[in-house]
Amino acid sequence: MNIPEDRNYAATHEWASEPQDGIVTVGISDFAQDQLGDVVFVELPEVGAAVDAGDAVAVVESVKTASDIYAPLTGTVEEVNDDLEAAPERINEDPYGAGWLFRLRVEGDDGRDELLDADAYRSVCEEEA
Amino acid sequence: MNTTPLTDVHEALGARMTDFAGTRMPLQYASGIAHEHTAVREGVGVFDVSHMAELRIGGPGALDALRTALLNDAKKLRVGRAHYTMIPNDHGGLIDDAYVYRLTEQDYLLVANAANRGAAYERLAAVAAEVPGANVADVSDEWALLALQGPGAALLLDRRVAADLTAVRKNDTLPTEFDDRPIRLARTGYTGEDGFELFVRPDDAVFVWNELLAEGAEPCGLGARDTLRLEAGFPLFGHELTGDTDPRCTPFSWVVKDKPFAGRDGWPEVPECGRRLVGLRLEARGIPRQGYRVLRRDGTPIGTVTSGTVSPLTRDAIGFAWVDADAAEVGTEIAVEIRGQATPAVVAEIPFYRP
Repeated sequence: MNIPEDRNYAATHEWASEPQDGIVTVGISDFAQDQLGDVVFVELPEVGAAVDAGDAVAVVESVKTASDIYAPLTGTVEEVNDDLEAAPERINEDPYGAGWLFRLRVEGDDGRDELLDADAYRSVCEEEA
Repeated sequence: MNTTPLTDVHEALGARMTDFAGTRMPLQYASGIAHEHTAVREGVGVFDVSHMAELRIGGPGALDALRTALLNDAKKLRVGRAHYTMIPNDHGGLIDDAYVYRLTEQDYLLVANAANRGAAYERLAAVAAEVPGANVADVSDEWALLALQGPGAALLLDRRVAADLTAVRKNDTLPTEFDDRPIRLARTGYTGEDGFELFVRPDDAVFVWNELLAEGAEPCGLGARDTLRLEAGFPLFGHELTGDTDPRCTPFSWVVKDKPFAGRDGWPEVPECGRRLVGLRLEARGIPRQGYRVLRRDGTPIGTVTSGTVSPLTRDAIGFAWVDADAAEVGTEIAVEIRGQATPAVVAEIPFYRP
């Protein structure tokens, strides 16, 4: 199971990168994309939307099922990955890279303390597998 | 939970397993549903469908019993032929849909859904008890069932079975051998594609399965089985068809033949089709899912989605829905409510796909 150590995870299987100039990239984990199967549709949040950690802000659908994506942090949607509309399979192919979902501008208490490190997230996955 | 003779083989292949109607079944293999779906449309795939129920109806009264218990007319079946049928209940709905095969003059095989194995047996047995010389047996455990489906199925199978497949037409069935193992072959399936179903002895199931894979068939799970049948416009009991469904209000009304049947007294003489079963296609981004509301374009609720998916082949978002009868005509502009948003859709012709 591929769980990079350079980012944090929510128990609901989203990842959040370290902030760069106040911007955090968000996606879903390798475990999540594997559980979902072939991703065929993605609904992303509006740029400019203010989101709280834990809000359902996006939807990723596979052939079989629709899955809500929760904001791992509190912030403002800065950018969304428009490429996924034409190529949702990137989430399966490269969940930690080209398959990113959206970017958040964060400041102050964004809720990162509540997120898991790679080791803790691995335990979550092992329990669910 | 039940298993099939192939459960261990599926797990060894890395299948994701699921509980389907009480049986541990493969949902998909490592390559995924889209890959499996495409394999069946463009090449050849093989499904383990050993969970299906098989009932054997025999004796001089077998035909009378089937004509009474089923909506399609088994009188039309010559020896070695098969057709789609339905089992009516006593209150204007269905116990199950099924496929019936005429094996010999007085011997029939009915393949029903796993979830309805008990109910189908009870109904057939009750009907047969009233017919002189008819007997019914649940022979589900005597057969493993493999479905080899796709445009490449005949060419592949021809290398291994004794029968001359050029003489086997759609809906034909015959006993033959796979290598030296006795099987019953039928040119039937649930994918809309050319293909065969192989009834094999449970002890031969692993051998036949492995040989089919070695010949190039892609292993396919229930996930692809569902997207393929939906694209082909076939209903799934428990979704499109239920205990309350009058099939005369569906695109499958052709199954209901003009003859008496058990339970007829509880059926309205003329069907009361307040709603009709239709195919639909979204005209904007999104995926219809079971349970989503169907609306008129002005927002009035008119029905419910029963199955939906994205076609892995065309990327079209397609599904079945029950809608008010005045909105059931092909081309009617409707909408599907997806997460609170009315997404434009249109009533579409089924099948969504033709080989």
